[in-house]
Amino acid sequence: MSTVAIDLAGVSKTYEGKVVVDGLSFRVAAGECFGLLGPNGAGKSTIARMVLGMTSPDAGEITVLGVPVPARARLARARIGVVPQFDNLDLEFTVRENLLVFGRYFGMSTREVEAIIPSLLEFARLESKAHARVSELSGGMKRRLTLARALINDPQLIVMDEPTTGLDPHARHLIWERLRSLLASGKTIILTTHFMEEAERLCDRLCVLENGRKIAEGHPHALIEEQIGCQVIEIYGGNPHELHSLISPYAQRTEVSGETLFCYAPDPERVRLQLRGHAGLRLLQRPPNLEDVFLRLTGREMEK
Amino acid sequence: MRELCAAALPANAWNWIAVWRRNFLAWKKVALASILGNLADPMIYLFGLGFGLGVVVGRIDGAPYVAFLAGGMVATSAMTAATFETIYAAFARMHAQRTWEAILYTQLTLGDIVLGELAWAATKAFLAGTGITVVATLLGYAAWPSILYALPVIALTGLAFASLAMVITALAPSYDYFVFYQTLVLTPMLFLCGAVFPVAQLPNVFQLAAHFLPLAHAIDLIRPALLGRPAGDMGLHIGALCFYAVLPFFLSVALFRRRLMP
Ligand SMILES: Nc1ncnc2c1ncn2[C@@H]1O[C@H](COP(=O)(O)OP(=O)(O)O)[C@@H](O)[C@H]1O
Ligand SMILES: [Mg+2]
Repeated sequence: MSTVAIDLAGVSKTYEGKVVVDGLSFRVAAGECFGLLGPNGAGKSTIARMVLGMTSPDAGEITVLGVPVPARARLARARIGVVPQFDNLDLEFTVRENLLVFGRYFGMSTREVEAIIPSLLEFARLESKAHARVSELSGGMKRRLTLARALINDPQLIVMDEPTTGLDPHARHLIWERLRSLLASGKTIILTTHFMEEAERLCDRLCVLENGRKIAEGHPHALIEEQIGCQVIEIYGGNPHELHSLISPYAQRTEVSGETLFCYAPDPERVRLQLRGHAGLRLLQRPPNLEDVFLRLTGREMEK
Repeated sequence: MRELCAAALPANAWNWIAVWRRNFLAWKKVALASILGNLADPMIYLFGLGFGLGVVVGRIDGAPYVAFLAGGMVATSAMTAATFETIYAAFARMHAQRTWEAILYTQLTLGDIVLGELAWAATKAFLAGTGITVVATLLGYAAWPSILYALPVIALTGLAFASLAMVITALAPSYDYFVFYQTLVLTPMLFLCGAVFPVAQLPNVFQLAAHFLPLAHAIDLIRPALLGRPAGDMGLHIGALCFYAVLPFFLSVALFRRRLMP
């Protein structure tokens, strides 16, 4: 078995004359968590669907788990688990029935599925909900059930499209914790997200996308170090353009986004000193993050 | 291209069963209401028209009007049950509920799903048609044991109409379009195919048209079985129903491929 789980080479996709994925190449190694990070409409879901063979690329080659996709996608899908962007659980069924029905799609017998349901429910922290109807579950529980369902065929690779979008922070942390335990057990994960925090916390490597193009790739912290590499001061409450000329000698770089001035400063104290005496300013000093990387590469903020 | 066809066609001869079982499990939860719902309508027509009009019409081809009507209603109920299951329930699973999407992420193909849905719709058609056959037999308006010949034809009729409706399901942007199929295709068929009166009553052009309609072939097989008479041209009728079951199946799979895997 090769150590490359996913290989995209020069993949492009056009919808109705609009280029949605543009000459994209990346590799995902077995056992790693790879993130596709980008704003809405960047092409993340389209890429996920192409990896699954649900959509054919117009150009380029895709290999998943050693199998050419979409040509032999069925073979690959037998070893893939999917958490789609929108829940598609069977609402009229109970939690247990959802797993049972889904296992049968993989050719498992009722007995085989029933044997693994307890461990899946335990994994998803849904032991007490086995006989609850899906329509009675909270959003977080539904998401965890979808995750448990994705594991029913004991997949090597798990494809997740925005696994925590729409969840509250508590539910989100629980999912992250479950994903880490999957990674610890040797699974490969590719996930799409527009949450910087999610990408930063979970991903070994990520690919930052804008309009279907790769604008950066690497380990989150390496990317931050390479693109930013110093402390950030967010300055609110003043005229960003006036302030800019004031502090630019002491800043490595500044960016303006809306009413906020982002100042990238190797020596933040000197910037603070410079701004002393300006009434009404609020300063927030923090370590750099992926948001800064995205802002630097695209000139705009991702989340808003 | 060949590989893409393979991706859409059924992967093997048994994958569809998982889809059928999913629908069966969902149906079991509402079985009683579903059976009553599927039987009530054709039963009302059978006995309402049968006894009401029967007084005026008298006998047709030597049989009481209710007995004549029974074959038509059995075929019609199979047509309606299979069609409604496909254009409403299967459409919901394909569209709003995203059930098909979930299934496509497993090792099933679009062809497996469509085949499972067709088999399920045919099952419901079989239940509806058989229910009416049993009632008509118990009341003495259908002949035992020749009704047994009607049973496989009811299932085949269901399959043919499910298959036709699947093409409509693949094309329709929303529920609103199904009304056209009902009023422009199904309802005229009821009157063109001899369900409520003999085709011989129609002007020649319409008689000719009836030869091409699946319901006419279904009735030409089911009615004689219920009346305990030999059916003519059996090979032709069965062949026509098979044609309507198979060709739209492939067409609908191709259309779904374009719709769901752009
Ligand atoms: N089936 C489709 N037909 C036409 N345009 C599409 C289709 N699917 C996606 N798109 C377009 O492709 C772009 C990328 O979409 P998507 O992959 O869903 O982005 P993301 O998941 O990053 O939000 C969007 O502009 C979207 O409108
Ligand atoms: Mg998306």
